[in-house]
Amino acid sequence: MNVDMIENVAVELLRRAVIYLPEDVKKALQRAYENEDNAAAKTQLEAILRNIKLAEENEAPVCQDTGLINFYVSVGGKLWDLVEIEEALRRATRRATREVPLRPNAVDIFTEKNTGDNTGRLVPHINWEFTTGDVLEITAFPKGGGSENMCALRMASPGEGLSAVKRFVVDSVLEAGAKPCPPVILGVGIGGGSDIAMKLAKKALLRPLDQPNQNPEAAKLEEELLKAVNMTGIGPMGVGGRSTCLGVKVEYAHRHVASYPVAVAFQCWAARRASARIHPDGSVEYLTR
Amino acid sequence: MAEYRLKTPISEEDIRKLHVGDTIYISGTMVTARDSAHKRALEFFRRGEPLPVNLEGGVVYHCGPLAMKEDDKWRVVAAGPTTSARMEMFEADFIKAYGVRVVVGKGGMGQKTTDAMKEYGAVYAAFTGGAAVLAAQAIKRVVGVEWLDLGVPEALWIFEVEDFGPLTVAIDAHGNNLLEDVRKKALERKARIYEMLGV
Repeated sequence: MNVDMIENVAVELLRRAVIYLPEDVKKALQRAYENEDNAAAKTQLEAILRNIKLAEENEAPVCQDTGLINFYVSVGGKLWDLVEIEEALRRATRRATREVPLRPNAVDIFTEKNTGDNTGRLVPHINWEFTTGDVLEITAFPKGGGSENMCALRMASPGEGLSAVKRFVVDSVLEAGAKPCPPVILGVGIGGGSDIAMKLAKKALLRPLDQPNQNPEAAKLEEELLKAVNMTGIGPMGVGGRSTCLGVKVEYAHRHVASYPVAVAFQCWAARRASARIHPDGSVEYLTR
Repeated sequence: MAEYRLKTPISEEDIRKLHVGDTIYISGTMVTARDSAHKRALEFFRRGEPLPVNLEGGVVYHCGPLAMKEDDKWRVVAAGPTTSARMEMFEADFIKAYGVRVVVGKGGMGQKTTDAMKEYGAVYAAFTGGAAVLAAQAIKRVVGVEWLDLGVPEALWIFEVEDFGPLTVAIDAHGNNLLEDVRKKALERKARIYEMLGV
């Protein structure tokens, strides 16, 4: 295993993530712009589209809030040393902070000191997933604070069932208003325990906008919720309009007989993610621009 | 909805002309201030200590920029707005104390700020959240940075800007609050949305 290579790939992923938005997100924003007839909403979306283009041209981060750094790592077989991967990702985060650059965003709870390099206790956060095979897949997911602050969890009663999910998603969007930088993407996690519901909601944000859930019932719920939240008319940046939300992504787990956790994760329009696959022979395949 | 180009220092008369929904572009000086800077500035005011920068007729920007020091000179890489709601607890006193005419941010502000803006003649102008490179392009020069001990995002950054915008007037000096109106209308639609969902 070449640890330096993993570090280099992770730096590159952070760089790409904060500069280039994924194609599915760009397309959805373009469609939203074409679909608006509210003048203020159009002004906001036009600024967003211009900004995305300028970021690419200048190779500058699309938003100054380059987020709290998360990695999703899916690792197969026994070829990889997990502790070394974790250390490589921490080093990559430090380097990317200087080289890209990223805004330092990691603050100590008690001293209130910013570490200055985006690392700290449990930061960057690494979500591990183990698979068969021998491939290492890394996704860099820098998550901005404005949308993160709107994330919400409700422990509903099983008697309410999916109705509770629908009400809670609509209520959360109304509560959030303009704050999470709409048009947003919503991740909805249902079931598991409280922590699992939120983990699923966050993970749902990794799924491209043009990929509905494979379960037709979950896909139907996604579509229904998208229509519902766009009926609020909050619009881009809360100035009013049709495009409050670009997509709703549902993920679920089995629940305890007595519990019905529902989590809503907000993602701002600057939905940054970049992925790469590293093969055991050392070849690297970038899955996003 | 009209479009205006304003130059700092901005007069009360120019501010009173603006209405919610108008688009404005700003040239001149803009000063960033987030939570900690607002808090410290108000402490200075209480102690009668002067701020390191004059804000009379000025523009305050809720922003924590991403900036790089190159050969001893600061360069702003990205500088979009941060969520203004966090400054709601300070802004009315801040406007009153320092004679600020335009507050730039995102996400909207509350009733206390709206009242203060009506009384003292100021507007809240929404800049597109996340449009950080667009903002950086309008920043021609870093004139100075104060209170760096608060950290790079929280410091007072003094920018020289040219046609900074487009900014949407979201709170005017006549007591109107665009984002709050949109939110109220959204809340009124809640029953209909529930009905559509069958819940």
